[in-house]
Amino acid sequence: MTARMRGPALFTAVALLVLVVAPAVLDPFRLGLLAKYLCFAIAALGIGLAWGQGGMLTLGQGVFFGLGGYSMAMYLKLHDAGPGNLPDFMVWSGVERLPLLWKPFTSPVFAIAAAVVVPAAAAALLGLLVFRQRVRGAYFAILSQALAAAFTIWLVGQQGLTGGTNGLTHFYDVFGRDPETDGAKRIFYFVVAVVLGALYLLARQLMKSRFGRLLVAVRDGEDRVRFLGYNPATVKTVAFAVSAAMAGIAGALYVPVVGIISPSLLGVVPSIELVVAVAIGGRFSLAGAALGGVLLNWAHTTFSEQYPSGWVYLQGLMFILVIMVAPGGVAGAARWAAEAIGRRRTGRGPSSVPEPAGPTHGQKEVAAP
Amino acid sequence: MLRKSLPVLASLAAATLLSLAACGDSESSGGTAAASGNTIKVGVLHSLSGTMAISEVTVKNSELMAIDEINAAGGVLGKKLQPVVEDGASDWPTFAEKAQKLIRKDKVATVFGGWTSASRKAMLPVFERNKALLWYPVQYEGLESSPYIYYTGATTNQQIVPALDYLKEKGKKKIFLVGSDYVFPRTANKEIKAYAKANGMTILGEEYTPLGATEYSTLVNKVMQAKPDAVFNTLNGDSNVAFFKQLKSAGATASSLPVMSVSIAEEEVKGIGVDNVAGQLVAWNYYMTTPGKTNETFVKAFRAKYGADKVTSDPMEAGYNAVKLWAAAVQKAGTTEVEAVKKAAGGISLDLPEGKVTIDGANHHMYKTARIGVIQPDGTIKEVWDSGKPIAPDPYLKSYPWAAGLS
Repeated sequence: MTARMRGPALFTAVALLVLVVAPAVLDPFRLGLLAKYLCFAIAALGIGLAWGQGGMLTLGQGVFFGLGGYSMAMYLKLHDAGPGNLPDFMVWSGVERLPLLWKPFTSPVFAIAAAVVVPAAAAALLGLLVFRQRVRGAYFAILSQALAAAFTIWLVGQQGLTGGTNGLTHFYDVFGRDPETDGAKRIFYFVVAVVLGALYLLARQLMKSRFGRLLVAVRDGEDRVRFLGYNPATVKTVAFAVSAAMAGIAGALYVPVVGIISPSLLGVVPSIELVVAVAIGGRFSLAGAALGGVLLNWAHTTFSEQYPSGWVYLQGLMFILVIMVAPGGVAGAARWAAEAIGRRRTGRGPSSVPEPAGPTHGQKEVAAP
Repeated sequence: MLRKSLPVLASLAAATLLSLAACGDSESSGGTAAASGNTIKVGVLHSLSGTMAISEVTVKNSELMAIDEINAAGGVLGKKLQPVVEDGASDWPTFAEKAQKLIRKDKVATVFGGWTSASRKAMLPVFERNKALLWYPVQYEGLESSPYIYYTGATTNQQIVPALDYLKEKGKKKIFLVGSDYVFPRTANKEIKAYAKANGMTILGEEYTPLGATEYSTLVNKVMQAKPDAVFNTLNGDSNVAFFKQLKSAGATASSLPVMSVSIAEEEVKGIGVDNVAGQLVAWNYYMTTPGKTNETFVKAFRAKYGADKVTSDPMEAGYNAVKLWAAAVQKAGTTEVEAVKKAAGGISLDLPEGKVTIDGANHHMYKTARIGVIQPDGTIKEVWDSGKPIAPDPYLKSYPWAAGLS
């Protein structure tokens, strides 16, 4: 097998593992959990794009996850309530008429479109305002974090409109299926897995294109790119909007899989956890970012089942270890190991293949605050 | 690009395999049914980490104590109870996930758990869809009655309505509402406003602060300017510390401005500092000082097990009751099968620390005695009024004409 063929072969292998082996081996409950991890992997993939490739450390990705999730949940709530009726939480919150904001969400097509378009548009707007002013690095990170904080406070305060701290839950009928049945869990899993695969391929294609090279160039030397006649603000805004759309899709898929969306999923802490997942998986590689999303959430479930209160410490420890020992995350370490083995086997010097995605030599780290 | 992502994909594959293997392992141990063998598995699901841990851990402890007591007396149907403890981590989606895990993987016979209304709302669809039982041990805002949840804490007409009756009886006509910004305070205040309208009381103001807020000077100023006869307080957790401290420094005392709280029990009094709340009013169904042999035994056993300085509170007692009531229902049904237990549960009446508690078979709430208490300088709560007999639960307030438009 030639080197050219190995990548697609491995992608196929992973796809087989996810689409054939996992559903055969796992019981519906674990499969449902894996579907949840894959949702986070989609959001992590978006962060990999914005942060790893584009150098924009976004600590507010929960906002876009939430916009997608609430879009989907609003449709499901209205669908469950039936035409003319109010969703259950509005009844006990004292709302008598359906708020205007909710009206278009009676249509599933609108809701699904909104789950992608609204986060992307919000990110594009924010990007245009912020990147044009050449806000970057830690300032951008703080800004995005503040956005996440403000968004959750607003959601909690508007109980009649958003369900408050409870969020939106209690869905009986998700596109004609009861979401708690084994069959439905299986279908959701396949949908999430396929969407993740498609988005991964899309993101990879994007990075291979001229736009991808430009994005990496902006990350590594924004001023130089500007001197060459490009507008870095546009490049960054597009990448940020794509990453927000991915978070929105992740949120929209999360709702039927887990059966709830609430402000506690989109605040500052979950947003940072997503970034930590990407750092652990390896932010300079798209697959690494997605892997981080799965790995960290899988570890979360497993450890919290064994040692209920120890998880938070372990997560902190993992993060510190990765930053200190392997800044490239699991993906970086794996690549380093593979290259070391390759060198020993062929007896050649360092690999002649350039590192397109990692930071170029001599450049200061732009992203990490 | 392909070459580069190759090792990464390899590690992705390896990790997935690893998690598959790990899942496969746990599979073999978890496949037993709830009542097979010599044990019956029961789930205990509370926040052991996060903001709610301080309150929920105590409930978990009293539930485990009830399980131990039942086991020491020979178990249920001749089988020992085996608790499976999970952490809800003060996070509502986690509650839903762990509830699924307990039902589907551990195949527990029932689950005791939850504290916040948000965690209950998140778990409700899981229990209804899987046709499994949840025993929820905390007073709440009412307007709910799930066929798969038993509510062993007070509903509105066993706590909030008696508290309002008490204020009315004492001639407190102008009320100010202060609460944390989430479902319980907002719904409770909606009910309070309806009550006030029908009973000639005025609501001077209604203020909410985010959960965990600690800055109350503005709010306290608003309260002081409005000059209410009393404050109805539905703040939760740490916020009470800041609120009562700043209220005190603004010159308000328990006699000049009484505050009626529905989320402050013995455990919270310790946290707030007794100096800040002594003399203030609370409404519950149980206090550590509630007279009776059953309660004496309960308090003694709890202190023997968890430490002589520990206090017992209403939610802890309700959690303890939940275990005892479920066990009685199983004993009566002769099986742990959910529908049979539900059928047997209605009408079961036990002598528990708060007195006689009876399960209402129709709405799954309890007949409970309402009690108004005053916080004492030593941190205990002294009862100053009680309803005399257990009040029939009325979660939708159907028997109150003023509540007609609420649900």
